Amino acid sequence: MSAAPAPRSATDSPEKPPEFIVTLRGLSKIYQQGDVNVTALNEVSLDIARGEFLVLMGPSGSGKSTLLHLIAGIDRPTRGELHVQGIDISRLNESQLADWRNQNVGFVFQSFNLVPVLTAAENVELPLLLTRLNRAERKKLVATALDLVGLADRMHHLPKQMSGGQEQRVAIARALVTDPQLVVADEPTGNLDAHSAHEVLGILQSLSRDHGKTVIMVTHDPKAAAFGSRQIHLEKGELTK
Amino acid sequence: MALPLRYNIRNVLVRWRSTITTILGIALVVSVYVLMQAMAAGIEKSSANTGSPDNLLIIRRGSTAESSSIVSREQLRTLLYSPEIARTAADEPLVSADVLVLLNLPRRDGGGEANVLLRGVSPRGRDLRAQVVLVEGRWFDRGKREVVVSQRLAARFAGFGLNEEFRSGPATYRVVGHTDAGKSAFDSEVWMDADEARALFDREQYSSLLVRPKDAEAATNLIARLEKDKRLQLVAHVESAYYAKQTGTATPIKWLGNFLAIAMSVGAVFAAMNTMYAAVGARTREIGTLRVLGFRRRTVVLSFLLEGALLAGLGGALGCALSLFMNGYAVGTLNFATFSETVFEFRITPALMLQGLLFSIVVGILGTLLPALRASRLPVIAALKSL
Repeated sequence: MSAAPAPRSATDSPEKPPEFIVTLRGLSKIYQQGDVNVTALNEVSLDIARGEFLVLMGPSGSGKSTLLHLIAGIDRPTRGELHVQGIDISRLNESQLADWRNQNVGFVFQSFNLVPVLTAAENVELPLLLTRLNRAERKKLVATALDLVGLADRMHHLPKQMSGGQEQRVAIARALVTDPQLVVADEPTGNLDAHSAHEVLGILQSLSRDHGKTVIMVTHDPKAAAFGSRQIHLEKGELTK
Repeated sequence: MALPLRYNIRNVLVRWRSTITTILGIALVVSVYVLMQAMAAGIEKSSANTGSPDNLLIIRRGSTAESSSIVSREQLRTLLYSPEIARTAADEPLVSADVLVLLNLPRRDGGGEANVLLRGVSPRGRDLRAQVVLVEGRWFDRGKREVVVSQRLAARFAGFGLNEEFRSGPATYRVVGHTDAGKSAFDSEVWMDADEARALFDREQYSSLLVRPKDAEAATNLIARLEKDKRLQLVAHVESAYYAKQTGTATPIKWLGNFLAIAMSVGAVFAAMNTMYAAVGARTREIGTLRVLGFRRRTVVLSFLLEGALLAGLGGALGCALSLFMNGYAVGTLNFATFSETVFEFRITPALMLQGLLFSIVVGILGTLLPALRASRLPVIAALKSL
């Protein structure tokens, strides 16, 4: 895993045109708060290339988390087009969307969101329970994912027996275990000390650079943003650069 | 695929305080339910265990029970030499004309008085009721104010010990023997000679006749003949079938048991609901995470229902186990057919325990349904943002 920021662009190669994994066109999200409509995202258009480590930045309330939730299929746009891996996910019903998330997206949260009564291995195994894999196959994948984040020796530990950095690495293993093409991370270092944050960002960077995963990360922290291959800024629901 | 069961088990264990409270509450409800049903089962068993299919019990037409029946001496004389009735080696008809009297007697433990059924039986009465055996002392002699009592009643009433005496009205009676009637209704009776009982209690008539027909055909003929004979105004029942139908005493106990169970189960449902609402509240973000990972609403509902059922099932198992301590315990209650004390045992059968366990699981599922639906309907993003 990389221990230092190494920004790069997925569109560096001049020979090969980039393959877009995410395509947004005129995407808007409007929330109803009482009688008032609040526009969280306004006509956003964006392409994200396969293997890119995209960082979404912006002040609180700028719509970056909303954008992340829409791309990850845990919220629905009010209007606009949203294609992920060629599928218009805004047209999927709730059950189809749940299956799609399970197969295509890995999630990393600010508060880790591990199930406290399950061990590291059991937490990582959760998304695999929705697949057709048998127990032995699941066990093997769990071991591989935990090994990838350097926690093979913590397999049977409960979340409360681990540090914040270790918990977040378990969460990353859980995000990776189904081998999704897209990994989304919402402020993944927000609750970590500098050292742990560096480790976690290094893993996310490695996923993009070495394993070809598309990583989309929301952060406030410019140091964390420096690990990405591209940064985009949002303000009042619109892309500013 | 469902969430693993260990997820529910560990969650139940983690919040052990509320788990124990809920389990104890449900155990109490189930144990009351099982015990009330066990009482009813005990009474039913006692009735069902009484009498012989070879005997016919003859009572006045229109009487629903032996205790409210009257058979005159003339009716007895008319029937005594019926061709359908079997005879002894000494050519005596196998007929017992019985008289039933209620005695109000003090309990042995000083806990007030209760009615006891005294049955005056004719000399052939003992032969016709082979299930009543003498276990101590001797049978009563006619004309000496002697009685035999069941050993179960002996433990419950003053003066019922062997060779003890008790007083009822102007007369004093001596207990000369103890009987065992194989946990049947006869275990709740005092026996003495029928004619002596009629004289002592000033009864002109008998209460019932117990007869032994020669064979099944003779039994059918006698039943049919009495049915047609408008002059006699009597009806004959197969003795065992008559007692099997006398389960009226169990009915109010069953109702009371069901009423108590329903009333208490409402409380238990709310207790389970409270526990599960708290569980859902504490795990809101976890539920959001599971939904994000791809678990569907119905999986979340199923998982919580399973957890509620598990919790309640543990309570139910504990309730059944607690009620087992009462299995076989003999108690008395008022028999609504005879208005006397009837002695029976709590009978906790495997079927009853299974019923109690299912009852607890239903309580658990009902209590968990609303919290589970609430958990499944939480908007994913709101759930993820909860603390």
